[in-house]
Amino acid sequence: MIQIKNLHKSFASIQALKGITVDIAEGELFGFIGPDGAGKTTLFRILTSLMLADQGSAIVANLDVVNDYKELRTILGYMPGKFSLYQDLSVEENLNFFAGIFNTTLKENYELIKPIYHQIEPFKKRRAGALSGGMKQKLALSCALIHKPKVLFLDEPTTGVDAVSRKEFWEMLQSLKKMGITIIVSTPYMDEAALCDRIALIQKGELLDIDKPEHIISRYSHFLYGVKADKMYELVKYLRVHPLAESAYLFGEYVHFASKDDLEIEVLKEELEQANLEDVEIVRLDANIEDSFMDLMQKAEKGEQL
Amino acid sequence: MVGNKEHTKAVIVKDLVKKFGDFFANDHLSFEVDRGEIFGFLGANGAGKTTAIKILCGLSHPTSGEVTVAGYDIYKQRDLIKQNIGYMSQKFSLYDDLSIAENIRFYGGIYGLSRKQIKEKTIEYIEKLGLQAFRKSLVKELPLGFKQKLAFSVAIVHNPAIVFLDEPTGGVDPITRRQFWELIYKEAAEGKTIFVTTHYMDEAEYCDRVSIMVDGRIEALDGPKQLKEQFGAKTMEEVFIKLARG
Repeated sequence: MIQIKNLHKSFASIQALKGITVDIAEGELFGFIGPDGAGKTTLFRILTSLMLADQGSAIVANLDVVNDYKELRTILGYMPGKFSLYQDLSVEENLNFFAGIFNTTLKENYELIKPIYHQIEPFKKRRAGALSGGMKQKLALSCALIHKPKVLFLDEPTTGVDAVSRKEFWEMLQSLKKMGITIIVSTPYMDEAALCDRIALIQKGELLDIDKPEHIISRYSHFLYGVKADKMYELVKYLRVHPLAESAYLFGEYVHFASKDDLEIEVLKEELEQANLEDVEIVRLDANIEDSFMDLMQKAEKGEQL
Repeated sequence: MVGNKEHTKAVIVKDLVKKFGDFFANDHLSFEVDRGEIFGFLGANGAGKTTAIKILCGLSHPTSGEVTVAGYDIYKQRDLIKQNIGYMSQKFSLYDDLSIAENIRFYGGIYGLSRKQIKEKTIEYIEKLGLQAFRKSLVKELPLGFKQKLAFSVAIVHNPAIVFLDEPTGGVDPITRRQFWELIYKEAAEGKTIFVTTHYMDEAEYCDRVSIMVDGRIEALDGPKQLKEQFGAKTMEEVFIKLARG
């Protein structure tokens, strides 16, 4: 469905994309996962024909993003990271406007957007600018879908959105996927990786890895332990300089301690207690996608071969 | 540490109400925050968090209720409150077109630091945050992670008793996010009170106590461990979803 080859893009002295290559299959729910400044938005702008790359090529649904941009724009839906609808128009007016641009009507594609739109339909006379964050997001998604696109690009749709609305939004994406729409989404939230078919981890304009989330996690190579104690800040400082430490980071209620070697839990526990830490609890853990991301990030920074 | 010497609680809120027309943005809030505590202030979008923070920072008048911040009364001593609190928003209130040193000088000046103190702070921050390579750079040229740490440092340049952090970690990479929390721990260990909002539920675990707001009211307030037990949940995310979905 999408073939991206060696995309480069620079702004003045900043290299936003440093050679991105990835293929995305039809019907896939594909996630670009990485922090602000990783290059996600630049990549999405190039793929939606809104920006030209310095080098490389991209084909979306057999259409070249440069040569066939006019046709491409009729078959893709794009929801930018920044809310970009008309704040002074009502919910309904915004939808009719975008439907009109694509020579269609709200009525014609109502079934497609219904699962999302019906949640905001009671407010259809309200100005878009007066909607809550969650409702704005639903309206923006409805507008991006109004012309029944084959491919949907969602740039950080869940940034700044609370945990409940995030969960609902991903449930909506799953139902769109079932209708056969290819969905490309970007997010800085690592926990959303598990909800994608495949992901690309992106950092500083480079892809750290591309695969199914569970495959990326399975390549994590350290021995990982969750450690808890009464003084967490003291604990993380202690573990970070431990002879076996690959890394030690706060991780919810635990410190995730990546060890270079297998270790005896009881021995480490005693050691920590001798260092004046109390209520020590240690468990062996499986890595999650955030552990993998941080590990790959550190390796990339050290310039190691991935 | 500045602040009213007599005060034992960093924040005391009793029956706080804020109405916009007929709408209760804050519907009889009551809670206290201890000195040196890391207090997580959570809630869904639109639950009323920002309204409450604005009141606590002395930027907005409550409709009714009693509020004391750093030992000062919200109705009579708003200027003293402003001198004794720090505030950092997600948008990082730094001047992009000024250099690091200029930003520190600007905020130091506003809070009445002497030339000597400003000089010391500038040296201290550049050293502590590893900003040597960016000494002469404009803030807009800084990587996001450095900007965030600088914004935090500038927010506490006047050594306030309490610092309010409004979604300080949005969008930063996972390592920087954790380094930021270590900065928070360090300040809390030195006695500063931290009042923080976040959408990352794993970060709720880093707080000593957490309150969760739903529709203008505080529906839960306790340590993360106690909240998980109370709601029979494995994670704070589960607690949050159970509460916010009703």
